[in-house]
Amino acid sequence: MSVEQAGDALVIGSQSFNSRLILGTSRYPNPMEMVRSVEASGAEMVTVSIRRINLSDPDAGSILDYIDRDRYRLLPNTAGCFTAREAILTAELAREALGVDRVKVEVIGEEDTLLPDGAETIKASAALVKSGFEVYPYAPDDLVTCLRLQDLGVAAVMPLASPIGSGMGIQNPYNLSLIREKLRIPLIVDAGIGITSDAARAMELGADAVLLNSAVSGAHHPVQMAEAMSLAVRAGRMAYLAGRIPTRRYAKASSPTEGIISVAAGATGEAEG
Amino acid sequence: MSVQIDLIEITINGKAREVEPTNLLEMMRSEGVDPKRPGIAVALNDRVVRRESWESTDISDGDRLEVITALQGG
Repeated sequence: MSVEQAGDALVIGSQSFNSRLILGTSRYPNPMEMVRSVEASGAEMVTVSIRRINLSDPDAGSILDYIDRDRYRLLPNTAGCFTAREAILTAELAREALGVDRVKVEVIGEEDTLLPDGAETIKASAALVKSGFEVYPYAPDDLVTCLRLQDLGVAAVMPLASPIGSGMGIQNPYNLSLIREKLRIPLIVDAGIGITSDAARAMELGADAVLLNSAVSGAHHPVQMAEAMSLAVRAGRMAYLAGRIPTRRYAKASSPTEGIISVAAGATGEAEG
Repeated sequence: MSVQIDLIEITINGKAREVEPTNLLEMMRSEGVDPKRPGIAVALNDRVVRRESWESTDISDGDRLEVITALQGG
């Protein structure tokens, strides 16, 4: 029986999900590959960005031409924002444009690493919670920042595994496991997932969901990788629920230690001639 | 005798533009944006103007407009 059938739904704010994979829609080879990847991933929510309309080509399409909103929930992000003020306005524009009050708050603090600015993220999240948003902050993998975000009423926190698009996987498993232990609201590992084992590991550590994009969109075969990620997230989740064994320094025999046969002392085992 | 209309200078999506005084709805039309198109939103001087208020919102000299839609994102 799969964990889905066992009623292992994920509830974030007002939303309930059967899939624990959230997929980004950016940087696929083409829109059709993106659509097929989203389908293969089993994701029920996808992230989108908010950008200026190209006024020299105002009829150019938007992501809404490709994503079936009856099938997928949108999670608009505030990517590209470096201040709380920019993020707040972007979230409000997203709410007006898309009619959703969910937002992935992403406030970047440093250009090369795109690491989140904890202080500005807290400031933006506080204001948006007050304005009635369900806030999903992209957060540092720092316990105290995540707890502060929880205190001000965000729907989930989304600490990074490693920098966006780096594919370096989970750099600080200790930090993530600490956050898992102390946090009461959903924990989504966002950014840095490179391959299936990274996603499975995040779920094994107790993450409630994984948000990834580049690992799928940048794969040689995005659709195939999307399905692989779906399996990895499910495997990790099932393993977490099943409960891992403790690690030990030395071996512990798995076969019974009683009833092992014996041979004559001094025998070499070589055939007699 | 022609009536002299003073043009105003505004910024729309980061670009300076000289236009006749108008309201936001007309402004969008003259920019080629279908006002009924789903998935778009406008901020005037860092405040969102809801679609139903576009017609009653006058554009003034020095105004800054941001017109957005949803694109691919991670």
